[in-house]
Amino acid sequence: MPRAFTPKVVTANALLEGDVIYQTADNRWTRELNEAEILREEEVAAKRLTLAEQQAGSVVGAYLADVKIGATGPEPAHFREAFRATGPSNYAHGKQVGEQPGPR
Amino acid sequence: MYTYSDFDRAFLAERNAQFRAQVERRIDGSLTEDEFKPLRLMNGLYLQLHAYMLRVAIPYGTLNGAQMRQLGHLAETWDKGYGHFTTRQNIQYNWPQLRDVPDMLDALGEVGLHAIQTSGNTIRNVTADHFAGAAADEIADPRPVAELIRQWSTDHPEFQFLGRKFKIAVTGSEHDRAVTRAHDIGLRMVRRDGEEGYEVIVGGGLGRTPMIGKVIREFLPKADLLPYLEAILSVYNLIGRRDNKYKARIKIMVHEHGIDAIREMVEDAFPERRAAFDGFDQELLAKIEAQFAPPALRSAPVDAYDAAYESDPVFRSWADTNLTPHKAEGYAIVSISMKAHGKTPGDATAEQMRVMAGIAERYGHDELRISHEQNVILPHVHKSDLPAIHAELVAAGLGTANIGLASDIIACPGMDYCALATARSIPIAQEIATRFEELKLEHDVGPLKIKISGCINACGHHHVGHIGILGLDRAGVENYQITLGGDGTEDAAIGERAGPGFSADEIVPAVERLVGAYLENREDREETFLQAYRRLGLEPFKAALYPEARAHAA
Repeated sequence: MPRAFTPKVVTANALLEGDVIYQTADNRWTRELNEAEILREEEVAAKRLTLAEQQAGSVVGAYLADVKIGATGPEPAHFREAFRATGPSNYAHGKQVGEQPGPR
Repeated sequence: MYTYSDFDRAFLAERNAQFRAQVERRIDGSLTEDEFKPLRLMNGLYLQLHAYMLRVAIPYGTLNGAQMRQLGHLAETWDKGYGHFTTRQNIQYNWPQLRDVPDMLDALGEVGLHAIQTSGNTIRNVTADHFAGAAADEIADPRPVAELIRQWSTDHPEFQFLGRKFKIAVTGSEHDRAVTRAHDIGLRMVRRDGEEGYEVIVGGGLGRTPMIGKVIREFLPKADLLPYLEAILSVYNLIGRRDNKYKARIKIMVHEHGIDAIREMVEDAFPERRAAFDGFDQELLAKIEAQFAPPALRSAPVDAYDAAYESDPVFRSWADTNLTPHKAEGYAIVSISMKAHGKTPGDATAEQMRVMAGIAERYGHDELRISHEQNVILPHVHKSDLPAIHAELVAAGLGTANIGLASDIIACPGMDYCALATARSIPIAQEIATRFEELKLEHDVGPLKIKISGCINACGHHHVGHIGILGLDRAGVENYQITLGGDGTEDAAIGERAGPGFSADEIVPAVERLVGAYLENREDREETFLQAYRRLGLEPFKAALYPEARAHAA
């Protein structure tokens, strides 16, 4: 039996800043995972990923990442995505302190 | 030290201008990411987990004060105030933005540094013994030939599209501090009947298939080096596997064909290569060697050192662990630890880089080295200056006395930064170091190399750690496997896997139990962890790691 489709978001890195970004339901890119569009159907997810891949002028390396559904929106299903959504654990740098790449 | 010629400066300026134009064309949409990626990688620019990462070469680990200062300037101006020294004598910046990278490369060019061939399927930054030119056990300084190889390999048209990356390391000492046996090619400078030459080792490497390199030529005359390297690379380029990325390194080629067959092919290819060299390379090498003339050392009393050693226990402890004998009387080699307990291994702030640059300029003949163990070296320091240097280091948070001890841990960036990682490395290193500091045990334990990688690519050299730790993803949870008995020196050995892995919570207590087993079983204080392991084998350590298994068996 094929595995059931699990909820996903489209994520990538921003071309200029390199920052982790997520696709929203209204076709924007957000830097916050909880604002991302949750994709519950495989066909829809594939279409949304294609749309992301067509924006090669601003995003790099788009892919579908598994999420759990939390109270305020999608949450990372895997620890790799948790680090992407927050930043490194050795310094208070990156998203966990509202920072983008580049100088502080 | 090597100083750039007009040719070098013009070459680098042109290369940087090319890359600036490539970045502009990527941003304006003329280049796709697929087209841009190999170009940025050739210039050391990765896209990692949270941001771009720029990897800058510190060729054979040597730099001067002005270069170290400039590394600090980059950290402050375009990154978040720090840089990360790596296990291949590079420095990595974890947070640059794409538009800033051409400016960073120009700033590096101003002081004769670059990021060329720090990535991609080319000959990478050539590494060397970090004590080169200073070590008491040295036969010859490996840096001139490393510089020759850098110049020869940079933009070498035949070797820009190899099957996989290619790493060369050189040592000029009997005691191998450059891990030559874990490189695609390792070169050991030797003398035979008064003639200078190289022992050539090929097919070593760590990663998913760790291999100790094999000797392909016991004695290669000095003048034959570049044509012989070309012969090896031409054979690799021709028959190295390109069908499978995981089998594409030269170690797999050597393993599959056998060293004897490869040697024959290389020797067959050699005469044609040799004929193409007309001696210009040796003229160039002689000019490079002249630039690496030893510094003018002084003869002076060391009373100030002796007095501090007698009266200041903090200084004494640091001197006991962080100094190495220099070949000149009255001098010492200083290792500055980038491993303060609880901090990220290999990281230095911009301010710390400036402090180290200043010390090198005032006391150290304007020379610094980066070691593959992620520390910074002052290769030529007169002992009478050591108390003043130590005081400055302590004030800058750089006075940690732990070189070669349990908390002097090699750790790759792991999943805190790296897109390839399967688990984190840095927090494990931080926790182990913090724990040993709490226990006040590491000076009693003595020499112990703990090396941590966050994936099987083994940038943290875990295979050659006395205790190696490999972070993996086991069903969505970080899991850490232990290997024991690895050794990266002239007695190179790949560590043996101890058994099932440990969770992030369990790994530090597991390491503590291993060290406990060593202390219990060692013959005396003179017997190191590695010696005890070699004498006793895996069993007593396994019993300490998995006490519940023993309980079940009983």
